[in-house]
Formats: sequence, C-alpha cells, structure tokens
Amino acid sequence: MTEPTLPTTNIELQSRRQAGWPSLLARRRQDLLAGRTFFIFSLIPISLAAFIIIMLVIRAWPIFQAHSLWDLLTGEVWKPEQGLFGFMPFIAGTIWVTTTALILAVPPCLLTALYLSEYASSGLRTFTKPLLDLLAAIPPVVYGVWGIIAVVPFLQNWVVPFAHDHLQNVPLLGSTNPTGFSILAGAIVLAIMVMPFIISVIYEVMSNIPSGLKQASLALGTTRWQTIRWVTLPQAMPGIIAAIVLGASRALGETIAVLMVVGNVAQVPHSLLDTAYPLPALIANNYGDMMSVPLYDSALLSVALILLVMILIFNIGSTLVLRRFVGKDKL
Amino acid sequence: MKKRWNRRHITEAIVKGCMRISFGLVAGSLALILWTIISQGFPSLSWEMISQPPKGGFYLGGGGGILNAILGSLYMAGAGTVIALILGLPIALYLETYLGDSEWGRYVRLSLDVLWGIPSIVYGVFGFTLMLAIGLRASMLGGIIVLALLELPILTRAMDEVIRMMPQDLNQAALALGSTRFEIAVRVVTRQMLPGIITAILLAFGRGIGDAASVLFTAGYTDRMPNSLLSPVASLPLAIFFQLSTPFAAVRQRAYAAALILTVIVLAVSLGSRWISSRLSKYIVK
Repeated sequence: MTEPTLPTTNIELQSRRQAGWPSLLARRRQDLLAGRTFFIFSLIPISLAAFIIIMLVIRAWPIFQAHSLWDLLTGEVWKPEQGLFGFMPFIAGTIWVTTTALILAVPPCLLTALYLSEYASSGLRTFTKPLLDLLAAIPPVVYGVWGIIAVVPFLQNWVVPFAHDHLQNVPLLGSTNPTGFSILAGAIVLAIMVMPFIISVIYEVMSNIPSGLKQASLALGTTRWQTIRWVTLPQAMPGIIAAIVLGASRALGETIAVLMVVGNVAQVPHSLLDTAYPLPALIANNYGDMMSVPLYDSALLSVALILLVMILIFNIGSTLVLRRFVGKDKL
Repeated sequence: MKKRWNRRHITEAIVKGCMRISFGLVAGSLALILWTIISQGFPSLSWEMISQPPKGGFYLGGGGGILNAILGSLYMAGAGTVIALILGLPIALYLETYLGDSEWGRYVRLSLDVLWGIPSIVYGVFGFTLMLAIGLRASMLGGIIVLALLELPILTRAMDEVIRMMPQDLNQAALALGSTRFEIAVRVVTRQMLPGIITAILLAFGRGIGDAASVLFTAGYTDRMPNSLLSPVASLPLAIFFQLSTPFAAVRQRAYAAALILTVIVLAVSLGSRWISSRLSKYIVK
C-alpha cells in the first residue's frame, strides 16, 4: 500500500485540478461567499423582530396621540363607536386568567418535574419525556374543544350552583355569571396547556445541577428531600422561576383556547367565576372588520403592542436567566 | 437493620407522596383530554367528513365534510414549512459552523428566541397589516407567509440545538483534512444531523398546522376547495372553531370529530418524526 502524500509540486497540483478537484483558491472563495450569504440570512430574524415591533408602533401611534397612555390603560369603558378606548377590562382579564392558570399549574408542575428528575426510575423518565413532547404538540384549539366539552359544563353544573348558594359573599368566588364560561374555565384549560412546557423546562434546569453537589449532601446522610430542599432547590431556584415566567409568557399570548371558554364580556372581573375578555381574544374577535370606525384599527394594534411588550419583557428576562443555567450548548 | 423513623423520614414520605400525586394529576389530566377528544369525536367521524367538501347548509347540519379544511391546512403548513426551512437551514448552519459562540451568534439566537416568544395572534395581526400594505386579500398565500414566519424561529432554533450536539471530533477531523467551513456545513453537518433536522422540520410543521390565531385574518375561510394561491382557504383549526360556534348539536358534534382529525394528524406527525429519526440515526457517526 502506498502512503498518500501531500501535493508538493505544482505539477501534482495541476494534475489534481485536471482530475476535477476544485482549486484551493476556488474553495476559499466558495467558503467566503457562503459565509456572506449566510450572514445575510442571519439578518432575517433580527430584522423581522425589529420590523414587527416598529410596524406595530407606527400603526398604533394615532391612538397614543389622541389619548394619553394612562387614560388608555386605566379606562374601563370600551365603546369604539363613541371613541372610548379603555383597555382596563382586557388587561385585567389577561392578568386574571394568566395568574390563576399559573397558580393552578405551578405546584403540580414543580413537584412532577422534581419527581421526574430526582426520584423516578430511568424507565419512567425515558417514557415520560417523549410523552411530554407529544402533549406539547397538541394544538391549542383542541385544548379549547376539551374546555367546551368538559370544563365549562362541569363548572356550570357543579361549581357555579354551589357558589351561588353558598359562596355569594366570599371574595373571588361570588359571581352573578350563571354560565360556566369564566376565568376559572380559561385558567384550567390554560394551566393544562402550559404544563408539559413548564415541566420540560424545569426538568432541564434540574438535570443541569452538578450531581457532585447532590452526592456530597447525600453522603452526609441526608434524606433525598433534605438534599432537594437545602441543596438542589436553592441552586435551581432562579432557573425554576425563569421557567415559570417563560410559561407565563406562553400563557399571556395564548389566544384561541382561552377565547373559546372565557365568555368574552368587556368588563373588569371581580371573581374567578366572572367572564373575562383577555387581550388576545379582543384582537382575534375584532381585528379585520373594523375599518370604518376611526382609531379602532390603531387601538387594536396598540393592544397587540402592549401584549407584545409584556411578553417580550417576560420572555427575554427568563431566556437570559435560563441561558446561564442550562449552559451554552442547550439554550 | 431496622429503619428508625423520625421527622425527616416522615417528611420524605409525605413529599414523595405529594410528588406521586401531582405526577398522577398531570398525567391523568392530559390523558383525560385525549380520552375526551377521542370519545366525543369518534362517533361522529365518518368517511364523508374526510372525503368531501361542505355541501349547502353545512353549518345548519347539512351534508358534506371538511376535506377543504384538511387540504387547506396541509397545503399551508406544508408550504410554510418549506419556506421556513429554506430560510432557516442556512441560519442554523451559519450559527454552528461560522459563528459558534461569537457575539453575533448570541444576538441571532436571542432574536430567534424573541421571535419564538411572539404569540401567534401578533403574527396574524402583523401579517394582515403587511398584506394590506401590499394589497393582498386574505388568501392562501397570506396564510403560507404567516405560517412560514411563525415556524421560522421554531425550526431554526430546534435545528440549531440539534446541530450544536454534533460531536466535536467530527468537526475537527474534517478541519484536519483541510475542509473549509462551508464544506463542513454541507457535507458533514447536514448528513450527521439529518435525523435531528427532520425532527425539527416535523415539529415546526405540527406547530404550523395547529395554529389558528395566525391564519384567522390572513388566510380567511371558505367552503370551497383550495385551488388558488390568491383566494381564501379553509384550515382545520378554524373549521373546528367555526363549527363549535354554531348552535346546532350535529354541527358541534362534527367539530369534535374535526378536533380528533387534527389531533391524529399532529400526533402522527410527531410520532412519525420519532420513527424516521430513529431509523436514520443508525447511519450517523455516534
């Protein structure tokens, strides 16, 4: 067998070129050209993000000139025909639904993620992880259908009558809304929707905690829960909070599943069983057929802008925290 | 040795019990959703529903099916995914082979994360405003564009994560043989990471086909079969949504069946991607 040799002479290089090999120079050029082309492609996401924000600001500008931001945010009356644009009912609705959903979702998610990462057998783990991905893939509209089939009738037949009879004076639960279409219905649907996502992210954070820490603690004779409570959780806490915030930003923007079950009445809610009208639902129900009313278009785009700003603050903050946690090769 | 129970062991048992219960709760509620959709959707599922477009009076309980919506969704999500792939694959390759951990790479990744976080309703609004500006009505083309924009960050980021897992030895072996970064990107990375890339593509497709809020304004809705890029087109999520908003029980039953069809499509895509990538992964360097 002859050893392959590097081409040392011009003649050898020339013969390789004649055999169909591109020259070194051509390959260099190709590499540089590809790099420049790729660079142009990499401008797409950045300019798209900027373009979306700039366009929303420009289109929302007229309403901010006609009304002060404070009046818009605190106004409680939504009557576009009369020029009254109060976002308060919608912002309150969004906050109510999202907060309730998180209160419902976080404890089981946290415990489940801890169980999967610290206690569960590897068999259960390898079985659960793909299942979570699968469940995260179910479209929102299907969760909405489930809400209408299961959650709303359940609330209407059981919870609402009970609340009417016994809890009328209890804050957060007394309501005059006779239907099951309510904040609670939206929150339940939303909570279950974000669960697979939050569990996956918390699990990811937990499994990136150095195992030496845990082993050192266990070697001192602690129980597993003591190790989790005093070693793992303090380490993972910023990451866990970031995971929850990321889940919240998903929940804030969820449109169709929530829209289907919250009732969509423009009033400031006072109880879990009241109807609500979150920001995304307002856009979905009204955008596209309001061109004749002055400023309506601009008002809805400013709603989209407010929603986007809320979500971006949550999203960027938690992404930056998680990045420190999950390591540079994951996020 | 007999275990001595003291407070910390009791706490341990309680906590473990709570964890098991919440695991059961989470698994149970998700199973409940699937079961509800299957048990409610299956009885009203028929061949007519899958094989025919709506006939007259469909929303009053008349005959016909939702073939138009099934095809519309498949076309839009398919074309959207292809466009997103054409734009996203170069970005993902660039991030790994050219940029690595550089400053610009971090900015591009952050911007992709930001785009991923933007809710689909905002994409819908953005797309519709853009279409107004260039004089395009609600149409299949609009739906395709918006779904491509929606899927771009998902697809690119998923591919990027897969590509970053590539064994460094492979990279270095290719470099040691004198290959350029572009040759590594095209000849090594895309082949080695093909299973992961296919998973990412199908993940993005699944997200695209299930999304309602973004196509609500941009693609519109029609009872006709999709036949032109410039006319409105039906989509499955909206078909479910609109059928549910009618007061007729028969129509609502069909919405459940449509939800079942959509779920089956999404789960089939998801399972299929797992199957393909496990089949292909025997050809890659471990």
